[in-house]
Order: sequence, then structure tokens, then C-alpha cells
Amino acid sequence: MSLGILIVSHVADITVGVQKLISQTAAQVPVTVAGGTDDGGVGTSVDKIQQAVAANKADELLAFYDLGSAKMNLEMAQEFSNKPIYLYDVALIEGAYTAAALLQAGVERSEIEKQLRPLKIK
Amino acid sequence: MALTLENTLNWLHGFDQVIEAKKAYLSQLDTPIGDGDHGNNLARGAAAIEAALEKNKPTDLTAALKTIAMALVSKVGGASGALYGTAFLEMAKTSQKTQALPDLLAAGLAGIQKRGSATTGEKTMVDVWAPVVTAAQAGELDQAVVDQAVQATKEMQATKGRASYVGEKSVGHLDPGAVSSGYLFTELLKTGVDK
Repeated sequence: MSLGILIVSHVADITVGVQKLISQTAAQVPVTVAGGTDDGGVGTSVDKIQQAVAANKADELLAFYDLGSAKMNLEMAQEFSNKPIYLYDVALIEGAYTAAALLQAGVERSEIEKQLRPLKIK
Repeated sequence: MALTLENTLNWLHGFDQVIEAKKAYLSQLDTPIGDGDHGNNLARGAAAIEAALEKNKPTDLTAALKTIAMALVSKVGGASGALYGTAFLEMAKTSQKTQALPDLLAAGLAGIQKRGSATTGEKTMVDVWAPVVTAAQAGELDQAVVDQAVQATKEMQATKGRASYVGEKSVGHLDPGAVSSGYLFTELLKTGVDK
């Protein structure tokens, strides 16, 4: 069972930045991102999230997002997807970074979730 | 009070036209308390609904509701796409069991509440959907119910959604999602489904 990370933000540049930050600590963890709307604007898109889910080579995904509608669209993608996706209501950058570092170290999901708990902000 | 393929198509054609006509106003409502894109986002969805209904030509109510839902989900983006999309998706599911309007609207409301984790009094579209469902279930849905529900959002303080970030400053503004939901139910009543 392999675990990967999915980053969803209203802004494409934010997702790229978070991915860049994560890759420093977790070069081997599969990370895919969905940022902005289909036409490149600010917002989130179910289609883009579904593409990022499909593109991620992990079997299960830990998902991190920024504002409210990103969560709603993530939940829709979650319902449409066969791949298990776990959503965390934590600070986007700190949460994704923590999960990535732990995944790189081979830590299990239950333990990662324990460490994510103090980062819950929404 | 039952939805049929025919009145549902009329309903959505009416809604799509109103959204196109009111998109600037809806975005204007969304500017002081949101991100100013509600009208344009919904207008994109309205155009997508028209295109999808033209292309797929649904032959029953469930197929029509599902086509509408997927157009909203994939083209509107943001919270309103997920919320309206979920509402129509849940109505599509329920329409396999019943075509009764109160049941379908209740399923739509339940979908919105689940997706948005929202309840009444938070200055959202739920504040229009909930009284409309209650009135429909009592056989008392009319234009006054819709108008009063929309107007009531003006004095509420937002505690859900983007408007909650401006806190007390949200008081005095109509909620854009409530206004667009008001248009949805106004167009529904125009089809004569309540008669």
C-alpha cells in the first residue's frame, strides 16, 4: 500500500510552491497538485482535482487544501474516485510538510494522523 | 406537486436566462462580503447546463437532473458549483424513487447541508432552501415564502462561507447564494409545478 499527497489550492502558484517545499524533505513521496480553475483563474475545479488524483501513482492519498470550497470540491472528487482519499482540516503548508516528511520516513497513516491533529485549524 | 422531465427543463431554461441577465448584480452582491465572482461563476454554469441539455437530450427526469448536476459541478467551480451540483445530484438520486417535489427539494437541501456543513441562520443559501422545503412539504410554497427567505439573509451575520471572514461587516448585505437560490425557486414556481 503506497501513500501519496494531494495538494488543492485556489491558486495554482500556491500548489506549486507547496510542492517545491515538500520535495526538499520528501523527494520519493508522490505529490500531485490541483490549483486554480479550469481557465487558470482563482478557485478550485473538480476536474482538475480528479486529474491530480489519477496522476498520482500512490494507491491512497492524503489531501491538503486551503479554503472552504477547495474542501467541497475535494469531497466531490473523493466520492467520484475509487482511490481512497483522506482529507485533513489542517494548516495547508504545515500539514502537507509534516505528512510528507513522515511518509518519507516510512511512518504509517495512523501515526501521521496523530501528528497532524495539533495542526487542525478548520 | 411533482417534477417531470418537461417542467424541469422549463425550470432550468428559465433559471439559466435569469442568471445570465443578473450575473453582474450577483457578482456585485458578492463583492463586499465574498470574492465577487458568484454571478460570473453561475453564468458559466448556466451556459454549461444549456449546452449539456442540448447535447445529451435527457429522456427522463433522473437523467435531466444528473446532466444539470454534472454541468454545475464541472463548470461553475468554487463553493457554488459544489453546492448546487450536489443539490441536483441528490435530487437525481431521489428521483429514482419519487418525483414528488417536496421530497426532491428536501434531498437537494440535505445534499447542500452535507457538502457545506451548514445549517440555518448562517447567511447562506440554506436560509432560502430550508424555508422553501418546509413550505413545500406543507403545501404552502409560494413566491412570498421565497422572497421573505431571501430578504431575511440581509440582517444575518455570516458564520459560514467566505462572508464569515468579514464577520459583523456582513450584516446589511443580501447573501449572493441566497439571492441566486431565490431565482431558482422563483423560476420553479413560474413553471406552475405548485398548481
